[in-house]
Amino acid sequence: MTDLVIIGGGPAGMSAALAAYESGIRDILILERDAALGGILQQCIHNGFGLHKFGQELTGPEYAWKYEKRVHELGIPYKLNTMVLDITYNKVITATNAEDGMFEIKAKAIILAMGCRERPKGALNIAGTRPAGIYSAGTAQKLVNIEGYMPGKNVVILGSGDIGLIMARRMTLEGAKVQAVCELMPYSGGLARNIEQCLNDFNIPLKLSHTVIEIHGKERLSGVTIAKVDDRRKPIMSTAEYIPCDTLLLSVGLIPENELSKSADIELSSVTGGAVVDQDRQTSVSGIFACGNVLHVHDLVDFVSDEAEIAGKCAAEYINGEKCSNISVNLKTDGRIRYTVPQRITQKKDITVYFRVSDVFRNVRINIKNGDKTVFSKKKNKVAPGEMESIQLKAELLDGVSELNLELEEV
Amino acid sequence: MTRELTCIVCPMGCGLKVELDNDKIVSVSGNTCPRGKQYAINECTDPQRTVTTTMRCDGGVVSVKTDHTISKDKIFECMTIINSYFAPLPIHIGDVIIKDIFGANIVATQNKEAAWTIN
Ligand code: SF4
Repeated sequence: MTDLVIIGGGPAGMSAALAAYESGIRDILILERDAALGGILQQCIHNGFGLHKFGQELTGPEYAWKYEKRVHELGIPYKLNTMVLDITYNKVITATNAEDGMFEIKAKAIILAMGCRERPKGALNIAGTRPAGIYSAGTAQKLVNIEGYMPGKNVVILGSGDIGLIMARRMTLEGAKVQAVCELMPYSGGLARNIEQCLNDFNIPLKLSHTVIEIHGKERLSGVTIAKVDDRRKPIMSTAEYIPCDTLLLSVGLIPENELSKSADIELSSVTGGAVVDQDRQTSVSGIFACGNVLHVHDLVDFVSDEAEIAGKCAAEYINGEKCSNISVNLKTDGRIRYTVPQRITQKKDITVYFRVSDVFRNVRINIKNGDKTVFSKKKNKVAPGEMESIQLKAELLDGVSELNLELEEV
Repeated sequence: MTRELTCIVCPMGCGLKVELDNDKIVSVSGNTCPRGKQYAINECTDPQRTVTTTMRCDGGVVSVKTDHTISKDKIFECMTIINSYFAPLPIHIGDVIIKDIFGANIVATQNKEAAWTIN
């Protein structure tokens, strides 16, 4: 029996392990699929990480190293190149690696920190051929930054999420010509600073309400046809424009990697694609916690670390038998607010509720309602889907309540 | 003249407005903190950027950055210099690989041992 098994050795897994260690847990094991700790940060060589946590602008590998170093110093055990095959609701983990073969571990508590993956490009219904030269933005990032291989010279990017923006700059720095970044929505899903420093700095056009409607080329991509889309996101054929290019990068979103959570019968949210959790980041299965991008996709790793620290500390409390739930409050949203994390509150204490909106709104109030009564309200100048927001929920608001509604009101 | 900028100093990405009289900065608004004002002033006089990239090394590449910002119009020259170098292994975070180009050093942002292989 192992006290705590953490699945995934990226920023979430390492932060959770350190927090659990600091809360007195010593019998910890991190299982990592890759050949090194650090997860996706290894290929995120740009800076901008760590401003909240360390007051410094770090690159991804530097941010990861801050945590990895602590893991080494404290001697927290981890297994690399280890694939977890199955988790059960009674917390038995089946995993495999070359050294140990297939093995089983029974854990008192599990923290899920498997991160996310890119939406598969097969899900994109673009007409035309399927020549070489089409990559997901994350795959291209790995090729350039880890393997030192440039996938092409003449690039169109579909999707303006942060990875797409970062890759526009990265490929430009390495001598490629990025023709355009097309975004289906009328706004970018990426951070404003990335639009500025990754596109505007290099005069790369951001074409909002545009999409790729056809792919051309036999063996190698020779070009794409792009077009403007109307309010219903249908292409307007009269605006079609052919752009010659040898590379198409797809940055069309990330989804939590939850295959394992399903095998443990963990309740998943259809909105986030991650588990439904309480304030401790405990899932519907007692003793199984989730944090980081496996729970919901974050835009800042600093928030991943914060969330993982909550999960690590609370998993330690669970292992030590200090957990007691005394209330049950469901947090509901109105659609304009897409989701909250946590979705459920089981303990009466002050709680930070993170949420994401479905569209860009200006001059709004975020209201929390108990039935018809507004119990909390906060003004925001601007909210956007690309930027996670948070509010502080005071413990006294939770008295005798079974459901609270988060609503966005335009003022 | 008014210039509109997006502050890139932190992920808040505040929208900044700079009032200019010829090339003189009259006022900055929209910034949430003093760093935003300084950013606006730099941006209108000598825009600065940190460069993050990779450098070739035995068996692949290692990630590097400028340890200070450099003038924005020197970014591509800086890239050319970095791409003409070969990083010695083993290398550790913070090791200086190239000294003083455009007022910054090129430092490693990754640890890589000599026997490192691509996986
Ligand atoms: S003005 Fe201050 S808070 Fe706003 S983006 Fe710049 S550094 Fe961040």
